[in-house]
Amino acid sequence: MSEKDIHHGHHEHPKGATITDHVHYQDTEGVIRFEEDHGHHDADRNKKNFIHTYIFSTDHKMIGKQFLITGIFWALIGGGLSNIFRMQLGFPDVPLHFIGAIFGDKWAPNGVMTPDFYNMLITMHGTILVFFVLTAGLSGTFANLLIPLQIGARDMASPVLNMLSYWFFFLAGLVMFISFFVPSGAAGVSWVFYPPLSAIRESSVGSETGADLWLVSMSFFIVSSLLGGLNYITTILNLRAKGMSMAKLPLTIWALLITAILGLLSFPVLLGAAILLMFDRSMGTSFYLDKIYMSGIGAMPHEGGNPILYQHLFWFLGHPEVYIVILPAFGIVSEVLAVNSRKPIFGYRAMVLSMLAIAALAFFVWAHHMFVTGLNPFVGSVFVFLTLLIAIPSAIKVFNWITTMWRANIRYTPAMMFSVGFVSLFISGGLTGIFLGNSAIDIQLHDTYFIVAHFHIVMGVAAFFGMFAGVYHWFPKMFGRFMNRTMGFIHFWITFVGSYCIFWPMHYQGMAGVPRRYYSHGAFESFNKFGGLSEFITIAAIVVFLAQLLFVFNYLYSMYRGKKMTDLNPWKANTIEWTTPINPGHGNWDGPIPTVHRGPYDYGKDGEDFIPQTVPMRPGETTHHG
Amino acid sequence: MTTYLVIAALLLIGMLVVQISKANEYINTLRGDDAELDTDKINGVLWYIFTVVFLVGIVWSTYHYLPLFLPVSASEHGHWIDSMFNITLILTGIVFVLTQGALGWFAWKYHGKKGKLGFYYPENNKLEMIWTIVPAIALTILVVVGLYYWFRITGPASDNAKVVEITGKQFNWLVRYEGPDGKLGTNNWKLIDETNSVGIDFTDKTGLDDIMPSDLHFEVNKEYLIKIGARDVIHNVGLNHFRIKMDAMPGLPTHFKFTPTITTDEMKKITGNPAFDYEMNCDYLCGKGHSAMKMMVYVDTKEQHAAWLKTQKSFFELAIKGTDEEKKIGSLAKLEDAEKKKSEHSNH
Repeated sequence: MSEKDIHHGHHEHPKGATITDHVHYQDTEGVIRFEEDHGHHDADRNKKNFIHTYIFSTDHKMIGKQFLITGIFWALIGGGLSNIFRMQLGFPDVPLHFIGAIFGDKWAPNGVMTPDFYNMLITMHGTILVFFVLTAGLSGTFANLLIPLQIGARDMASPVLNMLSYWFFFLAGLVMFISFFVPSGAAGVSWVFYPPLSAIRESSVGSETGADLWLVSMSFFIVSSLLGGLNYITTILNLRAKGMSMAKLPLTIWALLITAILGLLSFPVLLGAAILLMFDRSMGTSFYLDKIYMSGIGAMPHEGGNPILYQHLFWFLGHPEVYIVILPAFGIVSEVLAVNSRKPIFGYRAMVLSMLAIAALAFFVWAHHMFVTGLNPFVGSVFVFLTLLIAIPSAIKVFNWITTMWRANIRYTPAMMFSVGFVSLFISGGLTGIFLGNSAIDIQLHDTYFIVAHFHIVMGVAAFFGMFAGVYHWFPKMFGRFMNRTMGFIHFWITFVGSYCIFWPMHYQGMAGVPRRYYSHGAFESFNKFGGLSEFITIAAIVVFLAQLLFVFNYLYSMYRGKKMTDLNPWKANTIEWTTPINPGHGNWDGPIPTVHRGPYDYGKDGEDFIPQTVPMRPGETTHHG
Repeated sequence: MTTYLVIAALLLIGMLVVQISKANEYINTLRGDDAELDTDKINGVLWYIFTVVFLVGIVWSTYHYLPLFLPVSASEHGHWIDSMFNITLILTGIVFVLTQGALGWFAWKYHGKKGKLGFYYPENNKLEMIWTIVPAIALTILVVVGLYYWFRITGPASDNAKVVEITGKQFNWLVRYEGPDGKLGTNNWKLIDETNSVGIDFTDKTGLDDIMPSDLHFEVNKEYLIKIGARDVIHNVGLNHFRIKMDAMPGLPTHFKFTPTITTDEMKKITGNPAFDYEMNCDYLCGKGHSAMKMMVYVDTKEQHAAWLKTQKSFFELAIKGTDEEKKIGSLAKLEDAEKKKSEHSNH
């Protein structure tokens, strides 16, 4: 036992001592080893070595920033692509000569994009935003940044795996980026990559080399997620500070833990699906292929496979994936709402339980993406039931967030604005899910703009809002400076109102049956009535994209010129990341790791504005959880 | 030129926003707490305005676009789907207005005020129970009604349903009707070629009178069973006015039964559009020609339909008889024999 151990012993909570003791023991071991063997040595070396500090860093904070910067880069590309294809939908007559200049003239002769190029854009838009931005950019950033800081650990359980996780992500991005510039272009078979379209090279230009690179890139990406996820789970379960029982974890950490578990259980299935697809593409196997006759080629040799098999495997990841995207946002929003409402989050236990329920159900609803594949109607009915069941824990979360704001004393920071906006979006997008989850209604709405509106609001824009809230809130912890608030508010209002302007009208198009992934709706009389709305949506999309440039400017500017942080705890928050120095080094706390005595949401309790987690319980003080 | 002007204007606006923001930030820093309370108040008021405009705007725009959504349903089950849609719309609409209203109201009412604390209210199990049980009841109703209709829509077709075969290929649709014998001939994908586009096996005599028109024709108020397949990649039979969507996949046949209820002529009157026609589109991305995969659909009265049928010649007569293609009949049997021998050979 070290001196520190004994020192901590004074504050020890008799309750639950055995479990926390064990955690603490491991933790303290880590601390001692860290400080005695590597501590100062590491710090010295880091100062000298640029590569070690900024590139192959093993410091979780730096890795979090790497994920964030890479995520922002991909968000600009993914969002930019959507603006280009929105031009085709809203203003097909306007020539876009820059496409030819960047990608080659064959993609846009005379500035008019080809259907193949359009398919490539929508495919890459979906892939990049779902995986690179909202999975890696969101989970990767905040899991890395917040887990050690909020649970009170010096770093992740395995800093090296953590570094590898980033570099596999980087590699995945590199391969995907290169795929834009191969002669046959990037993949263009939609982000869900259904065979046979994706399995047979001759079926479309988008199924040539670009699709091979897509599969390679996704494989690297999955490895990255698994390395990260393993690390997050291990760290949260084993390296919590003394006193930080599971019931005292901030909701961000709960969300990130559940996210990591979901990813760990579902991503390997996608890897399996991708590998089988590679076999079908390159080695003549027939996992997904049967009885195919291609015009101009003739009968294909594949027999005995099943195209639906791929869809089951894909959505077994694909559905949990939407929760992988939205759960970290749940966590961040819960935290930011409580801190800025100066009130405890309403129903901490219900919040945790509902997240667990959502995560468990997430594995049993995948076939609701497949109601019109000729699925056995009985199987369909089971998935209807389980899908609509998810609405219950989701409703609990919404009501709890709203109740958290009831009789609050709200401080509006940009982070808080985005959190309230998140709740609004989650309500709007969640309710339309009730239409789609009911298989009979889905017959009409399936693969129309209604579903596009639904998932963009509920997991696209909402998850982005979670991410923005997180960046504005923890920017001071990342860089020791604040982002410009006024720019933040402008960014918020344009993005919030603009996003509704983009996606709300899409519901109307979808109800009329207008199909998604259409290069042009001109061939169909019943789909061609929405020219005005399409133009409106395109203009809104461009405005929202431009507002994001303001955010990127604010981010980069504030990194170097933002208002300096002078107070350790600028938001008057309870969680322990605000007890670290303004610019924490590798190891986070200069002295010993603080001991945790209470839950993270004691705001407004007993006449005090806030009581940090490090403050011991007063004699006779009651606790509501943990 | 205009492009550069637009870019210059945007840059100018951007710089303006940045400068104002920076200046505002300095002023706020100097003013301290007061500035923060002002910010809270301004944003609270903005939330209030937003919520009112948002809710009013949604009601207005929904009303405005009402004639365009859910086009008049021209099939029996389409009305079931539409009524379910409306029930769901009413239920979710109520929840939507209440929750968005509460959110906007709280965001405005409880903006930060000097010397105030947030109300310590960490949990209330009774409330949690209420908002678990109430949604659960509402959802149970939706599930029960939904599944009732789902099973009726997907249930087996009656014996006298007329069979029509629809096959998707890049990038058009192929349809096949039974001939006067009332039976569709068998087909086999190995017989597909440039001419015999769905691979009808003419050794099966029932296929000789099958017809393959270039449009879809349905008789009003008659039950149809559409048998759906594809030659190359996944397509999706989309019949918007009939509320039909079903994947068409190679190697995995699907089907959909329905009864059209409104003829094309009647629909022209209902929509007030003399040029109206039903259309079939592809609802799953199938390649570069996806958005042009169209086939015209006509719903006729009994008499019209019979008259149309009379004009149709069998596919065999139109495309096969007297061509080289006719000589290929029976080739499948030969092919299978050869394969059988080959596999026996390799087994030895």
